[in-house]
Amino acid sequence: MQQLYQEIILDHYRTPHHFGLRDPFDTEVHHVNPTCGDEVTLRVHLVPAVSTDDTATGSAGSVVVADISYESMGCSISQASTSVLTDLAIGRPLDEVMATLDDFTEMVTSRGKITGDEDVLGDGIAFAGVSKYPARVKCALLGWMAFKDAAAQSLDHAGPAATASPVAAPSVQTATASQEGSTAS
Amino acid sequence: MTDQLELGAAATSGPQAGDVPELLETGPIPVPEPARGSLSDVDIERIRADFPILERTVRDGKPLVYLDSGATSQRPVPVIDAEQEYVTGHNAAVHRGAHQLAEEATDFYESARERIAAFINAPTSNEIIFTKNATEAINLVAYSLGNATFSDDPAASRFRLGPGDEVVVTEMEHHANLIPWQELCRRTGATLRWFRVTDDFRLDLTDIDQLINPRTRVVAFTHQSNVLGTINPVDVLVAAAQRVGALTVLDACQSVPHMPVDVTALGVDFAAFSGHKMLGPSGVGVLYGRYELLEAMPPFLTGGSMIEQVFIDHATYAPPPARFEAGVPMTSQAVGLGAAVDYLQDVGMKVVADHEAALTGYALQELSAIDGIAIIGPSSTVDRGGAVSFVVDGVHAHDVGQILDDAGVQVRVGHHCAWPLHRRFGIAATVRASFALYNTSAEVDALVDAVRDSQRFFEVG
Repeated sequence: MQQLYQEIILDHYRTPHHFGLRDPFDTEVHHVNPTCGDEVTLRVHLVPAVSTDDTATGSAGSVVVADISYESMGCSISQASTSVLTDLAIGRPLDEVMATLDDFTEMVTSRGKITGDEDVLGDGIAFAGVSKYPARVKCALLGWMAFKDAAAQSLDHAGPAATASPVAAPSVQTATASQEGSTAS
Repeated sequence: MTDQLELGAAATSGPQAGDVPELLETGPIPVPEPARGSLSDVDIERIRADFPILERTVRDGKPLVYLDSGATSQRPVPVIDAEQEYVTGHNAAVHRGAHQLAEEATDFYESARERIAAFINAPTSNEIIFTKNATEAINLVAYSLGNATFSDDPAASRFRLGPGDEVVVTEMEHHANLIPWQELCRRTGATLRWFRVTDDFRLDLTDIDQLINPRTRVVAFTHQSNVLGTINPVDVLVAAAQRVGALTVLDACQSVPHMPVDVTALGVDFAAFSGHKMLGPSGVGVLYGRYELLEAMPPFLTGGSMIEQVFIDHATYAPPPARFEAGVPMTSQAVGLGAAVDYLQDVGMKVVADHEAALTGYALQELSAIDGIAIIGPSSTVDRGGAVSFVVDGVHAHDVGQILDDAGVQVRVGHHCAWPLHRRFGIAATVRASFALYNTSAEVDALVDAVRDSQRFFEVG
């Protein structure tokens, strides 16, 4: 059991990081795990990267995850993994976060074959043990999939606006985006 | 029978009272007098010996403590043998062909139908329809009523629903007895209404005369809640429905495997149950329906087997039950279910009910004694079956379930396909232990010990 419930997970569960819903945000999504009823409401705020030579915008390479805020109800695994996600993602370029997300997903769905790279996944490697319990994989991914969905919606909504005004940081936030993009899986 | 005796001897490696403390190094645990049903220890050991799976271990050598029979029950050797005998010696497509195997296969299939009819005291075996599960059985009724609504067959007109008509369910329904009615109402314009559940986990019948009124066409309700364990007053609901001429549909999934059920005495129009929850195979369920109704109802699924005459542009339909069994049916599963019914009858359903009531009472007593545990269901065994759901303060149900699993205790966690009921009590998920005739009080002890372990692990105990 200690292998599944590592102390890092229990710490994040008891004291989740970046918890609560905050402004500003571009998109808010609501995801549920239909098999157990766990749910997360998650907001994403993306801003254009401060860059001098990058003219391509509205793509993952040119934006930074300024904030992820959330409220959730669920088991220790789902609560802790969302907390770890916020630690790993906030303040980093979206393309890097998406790569981390892919690594995390690969690890937790590997049935114990992939232990994860701590340099990439940080506290996320504590979830390697989850991969041996297939019934819990969705718990570990609940917040991450909500983030992926929200970020994709933010990019979709913000793309043209951001292209027109690449360095105007607030433009992403003011793009039509936002609450209407809420979904239930 | 030789196989069973051998299995019986091997079963001594299964969970025993003496083994349990060794798995769970804990502080002092009260050791109450073991509660026993009408089955003696010897009887239980003999029964357990018939269930080969109960001998296995899980999670690095822990004896299996299977407390998830409400989700699916385990199968005894006679059921496994009956399926194997059918497949190895008599397999053919039933109700087709004039060869010997087809005759034998049809006899096996129809014999199962007769034994199941007798088991629930259906007046005739023509009132037993095989479906793939109870969910399909309930959908059969709902879709048949929907088809009647859009049919020009005069016989079907009595089943038509439309705006102004009402369908009544309860807040404690499994999704299988809720969503088909939601959909029927959506398609026909009828209105869905529901009984609420009281704070003491019973149906709130105070406004029964308003809820079941002359506009009511269908009253669909569970015999025994799969979460709360609550056994509903079928007589009261049937009487109210009959006063206004409404059809009654009983979800009997959690009652037929666990207590004597007499559909004639209950007076319901329809009852649905699943094979895999009553020691039988998965892939087979049963719809009981009063013949007079089935005879007038339009089909749900159409195709081969269910026809009387077929022309290129239209067809007429066979009488029930064939009308509702389109295509080649599941056969070894039906045969296995027939054997399961024989097995249950050999033990005796009253004996099964008494044994499970004793286990339930013991589990309620022991779990209630733990600080931080709330039972989501009636606190006594009065009008209550063996589904014992609970929450552990400060530990999510999934996490409790994981610790239990690590101790070999297999329970269900989540909303148990009864999300509105969980919403009613403001809970996302519960832990559910559910019993069958093969469970023992030592297994209840293992459950209780593992629950305490989960509190220690998450530092809330």
